[in-house]
Amino acid sequence: MGYNCVVLIKQVPDTKRITGEVMNDDGTVRRSALAAIFNPEDLNALELALQIKDQFGGHITVITMGLPAAGVILRDSLFRGVDDAILITDARCAGSDTLATSYILSCAVRKTAYDIVLCGRQAIDGDTAQVGPQLAEKLGIPQITYVEQLTELNAKTITAQRNIGNGWQQVRTTLPVLLTVTSEANEPRFAAARKMMKYKNAMTPIEAERIVRGQGSGISDAEIKKLVDKKCNELEERGLLIKQWDLDSIGADLSWCGLSGSPTKVHRIQSVVLTDKESKTIEPTTNGVSDMIHELMEDKIIA
Amino acid sequence: MIGVNRKGEVWVFAEQHNRQLEDTPIELLGKARGLADTLGVKLAAALLGDNVKELTNKLIHYGADKVYLVEHPLLQFYQATSFAKVMTGLIGKYKPQIVLYGATVTGRDLAPRIASAIKAGLTADCTDLQIGDHTTAADKKLHKNLLFQIRPAFGGNIIATIINPERWPQMATVREGVMPMPEPDVKRRGEVIIEKTELTQQDLPLEILQEHKQPKKVNLKAARIIIAGGAGVGSKENFKLIWDLANCLGAAPAASRAAVDLGFIDRDHQVGQTGTTVRPSLYIAVGISGAIQHQAGMTQSKKIIAINNDPNAPIFNVAHYKIIGDLNKVVPMMIKAIKEKGIKT
Repeated sequence: MGYNCVVLIKQVPDTKRITGEVMNDDGTVRRSALAAIFNPEDLNALELALQIKDQFGGHITVITMGLPAAGVILRDSLFRGVDDAILITDARCAGSDTLATSYILSCAVRKTAYDIVLCGRQAIDGDTAQVGPQLAEKLGIPQITYVEQLTELNAKTITAQRNIGNGWQQVRTTLPVLLTVTSEANEPRFAAARKMMKYKNAMTPIEAERIVRGQGSGISDAEIKKLVDKKCNELEERGLLIKQWDLDSIGADLSWCGLSGSPTKVHRIQSVVLTDKESKTIEPTTNGVSDMIHELMEDKIIA
Repeated sequence: MIGVNRKGEVWVFAEQHNRQLEDTPIELLGKARGLADTLGVKLAAALLGDNVKELTNKLIHYGADKVYLVEHPLLQFYQATSFAKVMTGLIGKYKPQIVLYGATVTGRDLAPRIASAIKAGLTADCTDLQIGDHTTAADKKLHKNLLFQIRPAFGGNIIATIINPERWPQMATVREGVMPMPEPDVKRRGEVIIEKTELTQQDLPLEILQEHKQPKKVNLKAARIIIAGGAGVGSKENFKLIWDLANCLGAAPAASRAAVDLGFIDRDHQVGQTGTTVRPSLYIAVGISGAIQHQAGMTQSKKIIAINNDPNAPIFNVAHYKIIGDLNKVVPMMIKAIKEKGIKT
C-alpha cells in the first residue's frame, strides 16, 4: 500500500537548556550562544511518519525552511530513515512570521506527492503552534492537531487520537490530511548506525560550495562554480545530494514572503531578567519558620 | 484581511462545549472591556453552536455590548473548518478591528485556520494585551492605537510585544488563567444579533468518533494556597510531605514539570508554561529549582515562599520568603507551626 508522508521540520536554538555559560552578566540570555537542535516535537512527528512507513510502506520526505546550517537536521532525518530531504533556503525568507512561513512551506509541499503531512505541534523558539494549521488551510486539507496516537490508517481514511486538554478524542477523516504531533505521542528512535555511515557525507549544494571554497583560495568564481557542479553531480550519483530550493524554484509570490508577507511585526523584545526581589531570608529553624507563619497570618495570607 | 478599520469592534470568541461557556471567553471579556473602552468602540462576543442562545445573557453580564449568535445543527460540535468558515464570514461582514480567542486546544486549533484564510495577523498565547502606538522603522510611519500582543517566546526567556499594523483584524490567542475573571453585572443589557450560516456536511471533514473527558483532579486555577513540590522532593513517597502541608492549610498540591515527569504526582497538578498558570494568594515552592518555564506559571502569586537547599536556585529570585535549607526538615517545621497556631482550613 504505502503512504507518502511529508514532514516539516525546523532547526531551533535549544531554549530548554539554559546554562550559566549562555547567560549575560545582566541576567539576560545570549540567544546566539544556544546550541542549534532538531525541534523536539518535529522529532515526534518524524517518528510517527517512520512508524507509518514501518507498518505500511511508502515514502517520507522531510522539508525545512532555514539557514544553510539546517543541513544538519536534514542529515539527521536521513540517519533516522527518511527517503528524501529538502532544504528551502533564501535570504528573502528572513523576517517571515507564521503566515509567510506557512505560505512558503505550502509552495514547497505542493511540489511533492503527499497523503499525510506531519508537523510538530510547536517549535520551542516561536512557541506559536500556528504553522501547522495555517499550512493545512493553505493546502486546503483537514487538520488533526495535538495527535498522540494513530489509531487506524487505510487507503481512504485516517483515525487519530488527539489530546483535548482535559481528555482525548478519536477523530477520523479522509486523506490527504495534516497532523500536528505532540511530545506525548512517542519516543523518537535513535539514528541507525548503518544509515549514519551511508549518509554522513550527504549535503546540500550550499554545503558543497563551502567545502570547495575552503579547499583553496585564488580560484575564480567561474572555476568554483564548475567545481561545485562537479561535486554536486557526484553526490547526486551516489544518492547523497540533499535538494535545495529557493523561493523562485518553489514558485512563491515574493509579496507573501519574508517581512513584506508578514502581517505581524515585532514592536519590542524584552529579555526576562532574573533579579533579586524584595525578599526576606528565613532561617531554617523552628523559630524562623514560626515567625514567618505568624507574619503570613498577620497579613491575612493564611487564615 | 479587512485592512485598518478604526470603527471596528473588539470581539471575543465565545468558546463553549456542550452548551457551557468555557472560562477563557469570560476572562477575555474582562480584559477586552478595557481595550474597547480605550478605543471607544463596542465589545462583542461571537457565539457559535446549536441551541446556545441562553448563553448570550451570561456574555452580556460579563461585559459584552453585543453577541453575534450563529446557531446551526452542524455547529453542535466544534471542528476547525466549519467554525473557521462561519467566523470568516462574520469577520468579513462586520470587520472587527480585534478578535481574541482563548489559547485553549480549541482556540489554537481554530484561530490559525481563520488567520490563514483571511490572511490576517495572529499572535499566539499572549499573557498581556495593551493599546499603544508603533512607528515602523523602514518608512517612519506612525500607527496609532494598535493592539500590543505581549507574549513569552524562546521558551519563556524573552517577552515579545507583537503588533499587526495593517493586516487586520488584529487577532490573538490569550493564555488561560492570566486575565482575571471579571465580576458579572446581571443588570447589564446588550444586543443579540442573529446571523445565519450555510453549512453542509462538506464543511465538516472530521468525524468525532469518541470523546473522553477526564475532569481534572485538582482545580489549581481556583486555589487560594498552593504547595508545589519539585524534583528536590526526591520520590513519590516523600511527596507525602507536600500533601500533608497542603492538607493542613486547605491548599492544593501541585508540582513542577520535573516532579511530574519523575512520576511523583499526576500531570493535572503541574504548574508552569506547559502546565497550568496560577495566581494564588500564597505559593510555596518546595524543592523546586525555578526554571523560567516554571516561573512563567506562578510569578503572579501574591506571596511566594521558596524552600531549597541550593542558595543559587533561580526560584529565590522570585520568592518573598527564602528558606535555604533541607525541605525534609523545614516542611515538618512548617506543619508543626501551623498546627500549633490552630489554623483552620
